[in-house]
Amino acid sequence: MICVILGVMIWAAGWVLNVQLANGLSSEQTSVKIAIPAIFGLTIVIVWELMVRGFEVNPVILPAPSSVLERLFGEGPILWADFQQTVLKGALIGYVVGTVAAFVVAIVADRSDFMTRGILPVGSFMAALPIVGTAPILVKWLGSDWESKAAVVALMVFFPILVNAVAGLKDTNSMQRDLMRTYAAGYWATLFKLRLPSAMPFIFNGLKIGTTLALIGAIVAEFFGSPTVGMGFRISTSFGQLALDMVWAEIVIAALAGSAFYGAMTWLEKKVTFWHPSQR
Amino acid sequence: MVIKAKNLDLTFQTNDGPVHALKGVDLEINQGDFVSFIGPSGCGKTTFLRVMADLEQPTGGEITVNGVSPEEARRARAYGYVFQAAGLYQWRTIGGNIRLPLEIMGVPKAEHAERVAKVLELVELSGFERKFPWQLSGGMQQRASIARALSFDADLLLMDEPFGALDEIIRDTLNEQLLKLWARTEKTIAFVTHSIPEAVYLSTKIVVMSPRPGRITDVIESTLPKERPLEIRETPEFLAIAHRVREGLRAGHADG
Amino acid sequence: MCPRKGAASSGGRIEFNWHNEDGCIVKSVLPVLTVVLAILGIWLLAVIPMNMHLVADQAQRDGVIVVPDEPAARQAFSGVGLTWHNPDLVPLTYNFVRPRLPSPQQVAGEMHETIFTKSITSKRSLVYHGWVTLAPTLLGFLIGTGLGVLLAVGIVYSRVMDRSVMPWAIVSQTIPILALAPMVIVVLGSVGIQGLFPKSLIAAYLSFFPVVVGMVKGLRSPSQMQLDLLRTYHASNTQGFWALRLPASLPYLFTSLKVGISASLVGTIVAELPTGARAGFGARMLVGDQYGQPLVSWAALFAAALTAAALVGLFNAIERITLRRMGMAAV
Repeated sequence: MICVILGVMIWAAGWVLNVQLANGLSSEQTSVKIAIPAIFGLTIVIVWELMVRGFEVNPVILPAPSSVLERLFGEGPILWADFQQTVLKGALIGYVVGTVAAFVVAIVADRSDFMTRGILPVGSFMAALPIVGTAPILVKWLGSDWESKAAVVALMVFFPILVNAVAGLKDTNSMQRDLMRTYAAGYWATLFKLRLPSAMPFIFNGLKIGTTLALIGAIVAEFFGSPTVGMGFRISTSFGQLALDMVWAEIVIAALAGSAFYGAMTWLEKKVTFWHPSQR
Repeated sequence: MVIKAKNLDLTFQTNDGPVHALKGVDLEINQGDFVSFIGPSGCGKTTFLRVMADLEQPTGGEITVNGVSPEEARRARAYGYVFQAAGLYQWRTIGGNIRLPLEIMGVPKAEHAERVAKVLELVELSGFERKFPWQLSGGMQQRASIARALSFDADLLLMDEPFGALDEIIRDTLNEQLLKLWARTEKTIAFVTHSIPEAVYLSTKIVVMSPRPGRITDVIESTLPKERPLEIRETPEFLAIAHRVREGLRAGHADG
Repeated sequence: MCPRKGAASSGGRIEFNWHNEDGCIVKSVLPVLTVVLAILGIWLLAVIPMNMHLVADQAQRDGVIVVPDEPAARQAFSGVGLTWHNPDLVPLTYNFVRPRLPSPQQVAGEMHETIFTKSITSKRSLVYHGWVTLAPTLLGFLIGTGLGVLLAVGIVYSRVMDRSVMPWAIVSQTIPILALAPMVIVVLGSVGIQGLFPKSLIAAYLSFFPVVVGMVKGLRSPSQMQLDLLRTYHASNTQGFWALRLPASLPYLFTSLKVGISASLVGTIVAELPTGARAGFGARMLVGDQYGQPLVSWAALFAAALTAAALVGLFNAIERITLRRMGMAAV
């Protein structure tokens, strides 16, 4: 009971603190901008801990953050091995393969207006489909090791990146293309000096979407067959053993990996498209 | 003779029937001329400029640039084109933007720095080489665009209402600078404009055009001296030429 | 005929649309048809090498001469190599009972049979399974969208909510919560909550955040000029919301809705996967896999794809009609 009351009080205190910070004089400072959501998140975690203890929630349904943390630090080697299998081998390799394939197809399609008009609608269509459903089929074709997971990921990121790349390459206005004509510039010079740089904002949009899809694809694909390592594998087996805190530990790792991947892509985007109005 | 057009025709086929953008255009432009094209919308002035640049193809008549077809002239990189908008690449510095045509045309890298410095000095933008376009005002961006067109030593400069988007005060300054530049470099310039004072101030020859069909109604050889301070715009001689231009425009309007 | 409009940049937002930028459906039909036929052609060709090994094994059991005739020796050959040596077996690859890669007409046939010939209440009807998947998708989507719009309004009008919640809303989109979907189902199932509700919860979650992010962007999209005008009218926040912010946000809302409905559908399907679910598209995909009936899996996969396409297409149509009536072009 004390825990519950304490939890409510802490929630209230956190909220009041955030109101002060958000409406205060220093609300535009970067440190404050980071502090507010951090306080919010921390409050949620603390309240979660207190509620779980106070209501004596069954750890099978919702484990306490403290036990999740214990697992995180206690099971280091296993988590690291899972991370390598799923994120580094499955997600990352699949992402790279899918991206390269998408670029190649985009440039091939770009050479012909006919092909662009055909590929853009078909690609957008495929991007809306539940590609993750191909996971069991790909596991059957490619075996249960990381290759099939990378294949699922490659397929999932291929379409959004392709659609964005094709649309980005299409986007140059006629004045810029006329300027290239006055220089008697050929297709490749125009592609590398004008169209690829100006397509970058679109391309990065697709690349960022791809980062989320890559992780989801790799983990879900492991539900269908995996060697005895991998985040999806660990989640489903820990779940079967009712070790929910391990499940949550893996989810935390997945969350950190997903945010880091997305963050890295955003950082790269800022470096490459520094000139775009949205970045200035 | 740098440009020679004879009976030039350009007809577009649209849903509402044929549009005669140019009809029966005869014109000669000589080396060192500063020729302005003036007329209302649809009179064909920009279209004619684009035909010279091989950005449009005529449907009748003939035209030569430097004695060859416009396409061959374009392949030989015989002219620099300046658009209505500066159109600089936001991801390149000013210096980088000026280097763009040099890179494409295969000018040796060793020459790049010198050329960039030279043209920046011509448009009075020395020292702005490392700035990005969005750090410059509209007038400065347009000057950079002109510098870009000068960097590869084409003798012919084609300018499509380059100062149209700028305010009048800046325009005056830029007009002065353009004349000085023309005097220093001795290029042939074809200049499209909407502004009568600008056309009269800048040119040695004024081509008045009118729409429907796009045609030349008058070609005026300017009697003004080559050295022109801005005050010349208030002299009787200037006003007489401007008056003649205005008459030409009105006549074309009455027909069309 | 096809109007010639200037191509409008959509600022990097790409959506599935039957119309290309020129607004002309006719100009797109031929290229799209070509691409689709090309894909179909590749599929038809791929069926042969993919199935050849299994077909050869079966043919040998049926007494047909197969080159080479030792199964072990056949392992050394690729699908293409084996085809080269056994051209007479090619037609068999298109009708194989347990194909590695079913041919288009096999998938179409299975879909036709389980959609049109089976009674809707039969456990083998794809329509039945489709409904089992679609119902929680739609319900969850409605809940998620409703709550998402409310939260978005809260974020736009309250600084505290904006600063504390919005960063998490953005970050949450990078967290693969989808991986938890089957777990949520089982956990709630063990507490006695089954059926429609748990799946709806997942669908709701997956559409919630895209709607929040998109709606916030849309509610904040009016220019400073527009907001200043309202200030000169001394308009209240509520008036400003209904007159300006809400209409301005609609193009963004529709984009988020399309993302949300696809995400909800995928979420529901994933939720049905490895948890012994008996009904729904996901369950069928798994059942087909586990019981050695690949056609069932493939038919379910295609049916799910068609459902996703139909939903997105429906939203596209609604978007078009709504925005046209409001005089706005789609963003």
